[in-house]
Amino acid sequence: MAADKVDPIHQFHINTIVDIPVGGYDFSFTNSSLFMVVAVLLAATFLYFSTAKGALVPSRAQSMAELTYEFVASMLRDAAGNQGMKFFPFVFTLFMFVLTANLLGLFPYFFTTTSHIIITFALAMLVIGIVIIYGFAKHGLRFLKLFVPSGVPLVLMPLVVAIEVVSFVSRPVSLSVRLFANMLAGHITLKVFAGFVVSLGAMGAAGMAGAVLPLAMAVALSALELLVAVLQAYVFAVLTCMYLNDAIHPSH
Amino acid sequence: MEAEAAKFIGAGIACLGMGGAGIGLGHIFGNYLSGALRNPSAADGQFGRLIFGFAVTEAMGIFSLLIALLALFA
Amino acid sequence: MFVTPAYGQEAAPEAEGAGSDVHAGTEVPHDAAHEGGFPPFDPATFPSQLLWLAITFGLFYLFMKRVIVPRMQGILETRSGRIAADLDQAAKLKEEADAAIAAYEQALAEARANANAIGQKARDEAKAEAEAARKEVEAGLEKKLAEAEERIAAIKASAMQDVGAIAETTAQAILERLVGKADKTAVAHAVKAAR
Repeated sequence: MAADKVDPIHQFHINTIVDIPVGGYDFSFTNSSLFMVVAVLLAATFLYFSTAKGALVPSRAQSMAELTYEFVASMLRDAAGNQGMKFFPFVFTLFMFVLTANLLGLFPYFFTTTSHIIITFALAMLVIGIVIIYGFAKHGLRFLKLFVPSGVPLVLMPLVVAIEVVSFVSRPVSLSVRLFANMLAGHITLKVFAGFVVSLGAMGAAGMAGAVLPLAMAVALSALELLVAVLQAYVFAVLTCMYLNDAIHPSH
Repeated sequence: MEAEAAKFIGAGIACLGMGGAGIGLGHIFGNYLSGALRNPSAADGQFGRLIFGFAVTEAMGIFSLLIALLALFA
Repeated sequence: MFVTPAYGQEAAPEAEGAGSDVHAGTEVPHDAAHEGGFPPFDPATFPSQLLWLAITFGLFYLFMKRVIVPRMQGILETRSGRIAADLDQAAKLKEEADAAIAAYEQALAEARANANAIGQKARDEAKAEAEAARKEVEAGLEKKLAEAEERIAAIKASAMQDVGAIAETTAQAILERLVGKADKTAVAHAVKAAR
């Protein structure tokens, strides 16, 4: 068992850095908190300094920032229309946060905040909470039309409504688990293959030669993880946009 | 060590779920390719949707891999 | 999708998600191989993670909303405004150029018309002059012709007058030779009659 030498789970351990117990709860500043702070600082400094000059003809960094901005803006506009643009700061923040956290997690020895279900679940609940609160505030009870698609025969209605409700309830779950599982599984797989390299390498010359295979696999997996890190941030943002669209235009 | 053995068996069975994701991904890319060969000019515009479908489908496989990993390590 | 509901109950899945066959495995290792089970499902870390997520994400959101988004909006608006202004200016310049071309073409057409008119006038004048000169010459010629004809007539008349006298003298001379004598008046009458 690889766990003897290389524990693939070890990377997900949360270590307290500064102990802050408040009223029986542990609000310690941990490595998870540290990397959240680092991710936010990184994203914020990048966005702040790349756009500081506000040049008419953008520099490389500025066009990167502008590209992400335009990317998220068009994503939101396509999904939720111009009315959805009032959620733009939120979606942009969400995208940048998840993206930076995912990418930061790719570095060896770095902690991946998004590989913890509570983080992704909190973000997903934030999204769904905003959808529900905005939906009811904007449309009142007409928001419930979301669960009653038009043009369905009356006989099928209870079934369809039940399906719609279940699909709505499973949204935060699938949204959070998708991101969490991708990050977790990817990092574990990477670690397992890296563990193979180490344990094969310890077996002498033949093992060294054999270790090339898992090493190549680890390299390929790193590339895949880079893709997944960006893609999952994108998927998270796109689904957020779609859910926000439901809050803005409930009758579909 | 029966529980230990059951762990490995369970992890192996859980990984079967990835086959479904594999079939799904094959469908996605195959259909994309056949569509792209029929109308190459429209292919570039659908690349984003392809990737989106890939990510959403792949997540299903990842779920079963996650179960396997949890069975093994958790 | 079937696995998601089980995982969604964030706190519970530690026991549930791993399945019944590893149930013992998840509970026991608290002291054994992995200290504290599977970290993502360890509820003890949840308050701290949630708090720091709220702090970092909240600050990041405020920063984005207050600073980054308005600034980038400003940049993009300035750029699109600048581009639109440049396009406007280009359109204006093009209009000006078009107007200049039109004016030039009009001037050209006018000049051409002027040139035509001047040419026509010159041609007409030259024609009229030539006509006048021709008429003058013709008139001169006719006069000369008339004069010549008059003179010819006068000469002819005088010649005719002379013819009588010559004929009389000749006839008288012929008669004198033939007859030896000639009556001057009879000869004159005879000549007149013969004429």
